[in-house]
Amino acid sequence: MAKITLKNLRHSYLAEPQNKEDYALQQIDAEWSDGSAYALLGPSGCGKTTLLNIISGLLTPSEGQVLFDDKDITHIPTAERHIAQIFQFPVVYDTMSVFDNLAFPLRNRGVAEDKVTARVNEVAKMLDLEHSLKQRASGLTADGKQKISLGRGLVREDVNVIMFDEPLTVIDPHLKWLLRSKLKELHQQLGITMIYVTHDQTEALTFADHVVVMFEGTVVQVGTPVELFEHPAHTFVGHFIGSPGMNILPCEISDAAAHFAGNRLQTACTKLPGIGTGNLEVGVRPEFVQFDDSGFPVEIVKVDDLGRHQIVAVRHNDNAIKMIIAEDAPIPSENPRISFSPQHTRLYQDSWVVN
Amino acid sequence: MRLKSWLLPTIYIFFLMLPIYWLLNMSFKTTNEILGTFSLFPINFTFENYIKIFTDPTWYNGYLNSITYVVMNTVISVTVALPAAYAFSRYRFLGDKHLFFWLLTNRMAPPAVFALPFFQLYSAVELFDTHLAVALAHCLFNIPLAVWILEGFMSGVPKELDETAFLDGYSFPRFFIRIFIPTIVAGIGVAAFFTFMYSWVELLLAKTLTSVSAKPIAATMTRTASTAGYELGLLAAAGTLTIVPGAFVIYWVRNYIAKGFAMGRV
Amino acid sequence: MSKPTNQKAWLLVIPVVLLVAFNALIPLMTVVNYSVQETFGNNVFFWEGVKWFEQVLNSSRFHEAFLRQLAFTGTILLIEIPLGIAVALSMPKKGPWVSVCLVLMALPLLIPWNVVGAMWNIFALPDIGLLGRTINAMGIDYNFTQQPLAAWITTIAMDVWHWTSLVVLLAYAGLCSIPDAYYQAAKIDGASPWSVFWRIQLPKMKHVLTIAILLRFMDSFMIYTEPFVLTGGGPGNTTTFLSIDLVKIALGQFDLGPAAAMSLIYFFVVLLMCWIFYTLMMRDEEQ
Repeated sequence: MAKITLKNLRHSYLAEPQNKEDYALQQIDAEWSDGSAYALLGPSGCGKTTLLNIISGLLTPSEGQVLFDDKDITHIPTAERHIAQIFQFPVVYDTMSVFDNLAFPLRNRGVAEDKVTARVNEVAKMLDLEHSLKQRASGLTADGKQKISLGRGLVREDVNVIMFDEPLTVIDPHLKWLLRSKLKELHQQLGITMIYVTHDQTEALTFADHVVVMFEGTVVQVGTPVELFEHPAHTFVGHFIGSPGMNILPCEISDAAAHFAGNRLQTACTKLPGIGTGNLEVGVRPEFVQFDDSGFPVEIVKVDDLGRHQIVAVRHNDNAIKMIIAEDAPIPSENPRISFSPQHTRLYQDSWVVN
Repeated sequence: MRLKSWLLPTIYIFFLMLPIYWLLNMSFKTTNEILGTFSLFPINFTFENYIKIFTDPTWYNGYLNSITYVVMNTVISVTVALPAAYAFSRYRFLGDKHLFFWLLTNRMAPPAVFALPFFQLYSAVELFDTHLAVALAHCLFNIPLAVWILEGFMSGVPKELDETAFLDGYSFPRFFIRIFIPTIVAGIGVAAFFTFMYSWVELLLAKTLTSVSAKPIAATMTRTASTAGYELGLLAAAGTLTIVPGAFVIYWVRNYIAKGFAMGRV
Repeated sequence: MSKPTNQKAWLLVIPVVLLVAFNALIPLMTVVNYSVQETFGNNVFFWEGVKWFEQVLNSSRFHEAFLRQLAFTGTILLIEIPLGIAVALSMPKKGPWVSVCLVLMALPLLIPWNVVGAMWNIFALPDIGLLGRTINAMGIDYNFTQQPLAAWITTIAMDVWHWTSLVVLLAYAGLCSIPDAYYQAAKIDGASPWSVFWRIQLPKMKHVLTIAILLRFMDSFMIYTEPFVLTGGGPGNTTTFLSIDLVKIALGQFDLGPAAAMSLIYFFVVLLMCWIFYTLMMRDEEQ
C-alpha cells in the first residue's frame, strides 16, 4: 500500500524540448491515496502510458519527482519499487510451466522454496489457475496468459501498486467482462492500489473508484465516475464520457446572461465571466435536453431507437445537438422546440468550466 | 551504451575488414612489389592494375557477362515466383505441400552434383556458353528461394484485400499488378536481393556452362592465376572490383535487410 | 488464414515447376542413368546395376571425404552459431551505428566465392600475406600450402569469416522482433541477465536460429569454390571435401558411373537432413 505523489512532473522524449508540443507530459501534480483503484482514461497519445511507465520506473521523467509514501523514488530502478505491471499483450515465459512462471519473481528474489510453493498455490487459487499449474504457459489462451501476468504481480507480497496498461486489448469481448470482474474482486479482496490505463470509458468507469482523465499530456480531471458525469470540469471530459458525449455549443454573454445562437439560457454558473473574455462554450448532456414548447425551435434530423431510449439528432442554425429521451416519449411532429435543464447546463471558458 | 558491449562488434568488424584491406592494398601495387617487399601500404602506389582491367576486353567483359546473367536470373526468378507464391499463399491444391517441399529441396541441391549433367543438358539444347544458360541454371536454387521469401510476405497481406478487389470488378491480372504487388514491394525487394546475391556469388555452375562469350569474371581470374603465372596485383584489383556491386546492393537495400531476415526465410 | 481449395492455382505454379523441373529432373535422370550403367565411349552403355553404388560406398576415398566433410561442417557450426548469436546480442537495437554495422557485416556475404578463396589465399600466404607473415613472425611455423593442420585452420577461419554474418543478421532480426514489454516484465520480475537470455531471448530466437543452423549445415555440406581456390583440396587431399572430390571424379576424370552414384548418395544424404530439419521446423510453427 502506498501513497503516490507526483510533483512537477514533466516529460519529453526529445533530448532538447523547445516548446509545449515536444512534451508528452505537461505539468502534472497529483496525490493518489492508498488502496484505491484508479483509472487513467484518455485517447491515444494523451500520455497515459508515459505516466504509467514513469510511475513504474521503466521511464525516468525529464523533470519532476515521483514519491511513494513521501519517499523520492524517481531514480530508483523498477525492481526495487515494489510494483507490478501488466502489459497490453500477455507476457509469459514460454518455456516454463504456469507454476514456474508464477514462481519466477519469488525465486529471483531468493525466497525459500516451500514458501514459493505455498504462495503460488494461493495466487493460482485466486485466479482460477490451480488446474493449469503443470501446463506449459505457452499453451494457454490469451486471457489465461494475462492471468499469469497478473499472478506474477500478485505473488510478491511486497507489491504496493499494480499497474495495468490496457490489459484487455487482446482478450475476446465475452471474456473481457469476466476478467474485469475478477480484477475488481481482487482489488476488494486485497486492497492494493491499482492503476488502470485505458481509452475505453466503460472499462474505466466500471473498474475505478477514481478516474483520472488525461488529455494532451495533462490531467484534466480526477473524480468518481458520477462526478465526472455530472460535473465535467473540462469540455474534453464532457465530450469523452457518456455515449453520446456532451453537447458543446458556442455561446456569448450579453445582457447578464448566456446566450446560445441568440437564445437566452439559464445555466448552473453563478458568476458569469465578463464580455469578451476567452472562448466561451456551453455544455449540456443529451440526457438533459428535452422537448419543451417554451424553448427554441429546432429541426429534427434523425431518430435512433435504441430500445431502452431514443437518440434524437436535431439542428438549430447549423449547430448539431443530440438528445436522449425515453423510449416511449413522444416526438412532436410540428414545430419541435427544445430546452436545456438549467442545473445541468454548464459554461466553459477556454474549455474549462466556469462555476 | 556500455563500452564493453561495443567491443565484440568492433573486433568482429575489424576481423571482417582485414582481408579486404589486404586485397585493396595489393591491388594498388605492382606484382613485382608484392613479391619483392612486404608493406602495409603500397610504396609505389599505382593504378596500373585497374587501368588494365578497364581497358582490356578480356577483363571487363568478364564483369559485364557476370552482371548480365545475374540480372537476367533475378528478373526471371522473381517474375515466375510471384504468381506461384501467390498460389501457395492463398490456395490449397492437390499436392501443394509436397510441391513446396520439392521446391525447397532444390535450394539444397549440391551444385557439384549438377555440374556435369548441366554441362551435357545445356550443350544438348545448344545454350552452352550463353548468358541465358547460366541465368536458367541458377533458377534451380533461386526460384525456390524467391518463392519461399515471397510466400512469407504475401501471407502477411490479409485476404480481404483480394476479396474487395474482386468484388469491385478487378480481373485477376489487373488486381495482381495494380493492387497486390504494391503492397508487397518490400518482399519483392528482399527476394530480388537474395536472388541477386546467390547468383552473383555462385561460380561452379557459371564456370561449367561457359567458355568464351559468356565467361564470368571468376573464370577470367582463375585463368590469370594459372596461365600467366601469379599476376597477383591484377588478381587483387579484379577481386576488389567484384566486391563493388555487392557493396552497392547492400547499401541500397540496407533498410530491407533486417526486414528480410526477420521474415526468417532466407 | 484458412485457404480455399482451388485446383486452378496450378496454372499460377506451372512456370515455376517447368523451370525448376527442367533444371532438376532432367539432370537427375541423367545422373540416375549414369549411375547404373557403364560406358566405354561412343555412347554405348551397358547395364551395371548397383555396381557403382557398391564401389562408391565401399571406397575408402569416399569414406574419407565424407568424414572430412562431417568434421568440417561440425566445426564451423560449433564456431559460427555461438559467435553469431554473441555478436547479435552485443549490438544495440537502435541508433545511428546500427545500419553501418549491418552493412559492413553483410559485405563478406556478397563477395563471389572464388574471390573469397583468392583473398584468403593472398592473405594467408606465409611470405607475402599479412596473416601468414604475421604468424610466422611470431615464431610459429605456418604454411597452409604444405601443412594439413594449417590448411584446415585456414579453411575454417575463412568460412567463419565468410558466413558468420549470416547468423548474426538472422539472430539480430530475431532479437529485434522481441517486444520491449518482455524486457520490462523481466525487470519487474527481477530476472538476471542470464535469465533474460535463457528464458526470453533464446526461446524467441528459436525460429531464426533453426533456419540459420539449417542453412549453414546445408551450405557447408555442399561447399566447393572457396576451399578449392584456397587450397585446391590439399595439401594432398587433406582438405578435399565431398563436393571437391565429386567434381574431381566427374569433371576431372570423367568417371561417369562412380560420379553419378556418388552424386546420388550425396544428394540423398543432404535431402535426408533437409527433410529432418523441415519437419522439425514445420512442427514448431504449427505449435
